Amino acid sequence: MPIFSYLATPNDGQKNDLLRDLNNLEYCEAMPAENEELIILVTETTDPDEEKVLQKQLKELVSLQHLSMTYGHADQADHN
Amino acid sequence: MDLTRRDFIKTAAINSALAAATVLFPGVTFAAWKESGASFGSIQWKKTPCRFCGTGCGLLVGVSGDRAVAVKGDPNCSVNKGLCCVKGYHSVQALYGKDRLTKAKVKKNGKMVEVPISEALDLIAQKMKETIKKHGKDSVSIYGSGQWTIPDGYVASKLFKGCIGTNNVEANARLCMASAVVGFMTTFGLDEPMGCYEDIDHADVFITWGNNMAEMHPVLFSRMVANRKRRKNVQIIDFATRSTRSSLASDKSILFKPQTDLAVANAICYEIIRNNWVNWDFVKNHVSFHKGKTNIGYGTEDHFKFKDKLEKVDWNAYKEFLKDYTPEKVEKISGVSAADIKYLASLYGDPTKKVTSFWCMGMNQHTRGTWINNLVYNIHLLVGKISSPGNSPFSLTGQPSACGTVREVGTLTHKLPKGVVANKAHRELAAKIWDVPVSNIDPKPTYHTVEMFRALDRGDIRFMWIQVTNPMVTMPKLKRYRDGMKKDDRFIVVSDVYPTPTTDVADVILPAAMWIEREGFFGNSERRTQHWEQILPPQGDAMCDTWQIIEVARRMGYEKQFPWSRETYIEDIWNEYTRFHEGAKHGMAPYKILKQRSGVQWPFVDGKETKWRFNAKYDPAAKGKGFDFYGKPDHRARILLRPYEPAAESPDSEYNFWLNTGRVLEHWHTGSMTRRVPILNSAMPSAFVEIHPDDAAALGVVNGNQVKISSRRGSIVMDAVINGRGNPPRGMVFVPFFDEKYLINEVTLDAFCPMSKQPDYKKCAVKVERV
Repeated sequence: MPIFSYLATPNDGQKNDLLRDLNNLEYCEAMPAENEELIILVTETTDPDEEKVLQKQLKELVSLQHLSMTYGHADQADHN
Repeated sequence: MDLTRRDFIKTAAINSALAAATVLFPGVTFAAWKESGASFGSIQWKKTPCRFCGTGCGLLVGVSGDRAVAVKGDPNCSVNKGLCCVKGYHSVQALYGKDRLTKAKVKKNGKMVEVPISEALDLIAQKMKETIKKHGKDSVSIYGSGQWTIPDGYVASKLFKGCIGTNNVEANARLCMASAVVGFMTTFGLDEPMGCYEDIDHADVFITWGNNMAEMHPVLFSRMVANRKRRKNVQIIDFATRSTRSSLASDKSILFKPQTDLAVANAICYEIIRNNWVNWDFVKNHVSFHKGKTNIGYGTEDHFKFKDKLEKVDWNAYKEFLKDYTPEKVEKISGVSAADIKYLASLYGDPTKKVTSFWCMGMNQHTRGTWINNLVYNIHLLVGKISSPGNSPFSLTGQPSACGTVREVGTLTHKLPKGVVANKAHRELAAKIWDVPVSNIDPKPTYHTVEMFRALDRGDIRFMWIQVTNPMVTMPKLKRYRDGMKKDDRFIVVSDVYPTPTTDVADVILPAAMWIEREGFFGNSERRTQHWEQILPPQGDAMCDTWQIIEVARRMGYEKQFPWSRETYIEDIWNEYTRFHEGAKHGMAPYKILKQRSGVQWPFVDGKETKWRFNAKYDPAAKGKGFDFYGKPDHRARILLRPYEPAAESPDSEYNFWLNTGRVLEHWHTGSMTRRVPILNSAMPSAFVEIHPDDAAALGVVNGNQVKISSRRGSIVMDAVINGRGNPPRGMVFVPFFDEKYLINEVTLDAFCPMSKQPDYKKCAVKVERV
């Protein structure tokens, strides 16, 4: 159950685009900052394969400048 | 259904991101985050104030079974409107450190051994009775904290002042806000700010005086920054002795030499008068002028005494006094350019701008702390920018209930829940409510905090009970006071939640129920009383500090004064305590309302909170149509003539650096709780010394080198940080005090403000050497 959180920085002027792009991706929840060009992204996939696919999708987002990981958990043993 | 492990991890992921964002972007807000209870299973969310600073943020703690598993900001709390800082988001993890104290311990044959808590309580009562019999009532003492809940402080005061009859009651808030109290009392005759946090939403200019709000009051700083973003015309000016995160996020940073804020404040007033920016109508109708004693000393010797004597003066005398403080003269003293002084004056003087000044430890931990509080009030009074939305001289507190418990309950040697021990009517009221003979209450104060620890060292005090604080990290000139506590015929009781350097010197350790493991109330910086219910069971034998005192009081024979049941004692204590504050000036909300709301501001009159005091438009105690400073007999606030006087100890040829001490964002005070929170400890694992790059180069020191910091009192060795989060000017070093591995207070000086008796942790002379 890989769960990660990130600080997502949009390309200039593309915060709303990035927010839309992230919310359109499966396994993603995005929380925009009210007063900074910044979005918190939480991803929650069910297995490492899905996680790899999601990582690839994130890298392809043109509205995204960069992601900084703030938390990571990839324990496969938990099935709660 | 309980919270799943998956939900717990997801919550941790969100909290980590929020914490990182807060650190990287001071002021960032995420109020749009959904109220996420539904996605995390069957967590029950309970309201509580945060316990990790004086802001009083409302939290919602998520509970699953008997465990707190999540935290989010309380959107119903007007303080933080759903936002938290990094400490708040991780606050519940502080409950679960591996070394929580869960059993009472007693020293037997030189070793601490676990005992049933009833045995420890028996021993405490027995020792207190023996000590009083042998050495008199003033040989026993209690030392609490601004983290005491209101009931904790109330029962401590009732037992010691009302029943035993000693005024040996003090709290660590003496070390953090006593100068603010005396500042309020001397200028206005009543304690605590006239404004509230809503001022942030109205002010056009914020001037922070020696106050790193981005780290120490991050949620309030965020509100300021958010206002600047939203309203465009808002300015934040950082006026400080060292560059910090607050400086970086401000519109302008102005540095001054330590202690010279006194001169700059007077120079601002000089400029306001010179430019005729005075609000004459306000000054003529609401202000009087007074001068007090000068060359008032520093309190570094035992038995130091000082009493101010005020003399009424007129406008011309005030103008004459200010002639020593032209911007050009003050530039030479302070290092602040005359242009910057004039700029500051123009901000205060501009009649179109609403101005709020914020300060905290920089002004309070100051050997002229009372004076600098008075002087900032002088500025606001001269221009009439006070007691109205956005116009606010605002003294922030550092601890969650420094106001609620220490200032309002009066857990200081000279205080009672209403008024002071020296006042006969106040003693009579206390005796009536406490059901004790009025003769029990001694009219003479005994020892303020520094002098109390000196008395313990000398042997005038033989017994001390310490609750919710860690003086063996926080006392200045620490070695003397640690040696005093270790003396053979002293008996030290410590109630705490984790082992600390203070429990290391204890004869009895009582495990305390922490924060939401008991019911309580705090009072924050803006006169807001905040209730929380018991949310979790205490761990092991841990017992609420209030109940510990009740148990000991009963064992000493005071059952009549402490009659309450375990089920309702917090409500019963609240109902008794609030009798002290009945009336329009300080009426408190009823228990039932406090249970329902995320905090209520006093005065609470006819079902309404009071946001701005001394203004008849908002304050039911104010008479007439405009301002009414009813704390003084003539209903006028005082402009006080307070000069610049130098620090107790300044750098010289041998000890050639200033030492400045303080806090960091991630840790609460001495770190005894936050260092048990893995993410906070990882983010800030050790203390350090900040050195200016040019000083470091001159010393041959690079980042990470060890340096020795020595004063006339002691020395420590620690890692240097150059161009770190903060950056002191040349000739100054800064060390945070959160880390018990590096006890910087071995080095500091126990000089204090002669009026407030608050020590100055911001200024002493040290030398710095590469190891």
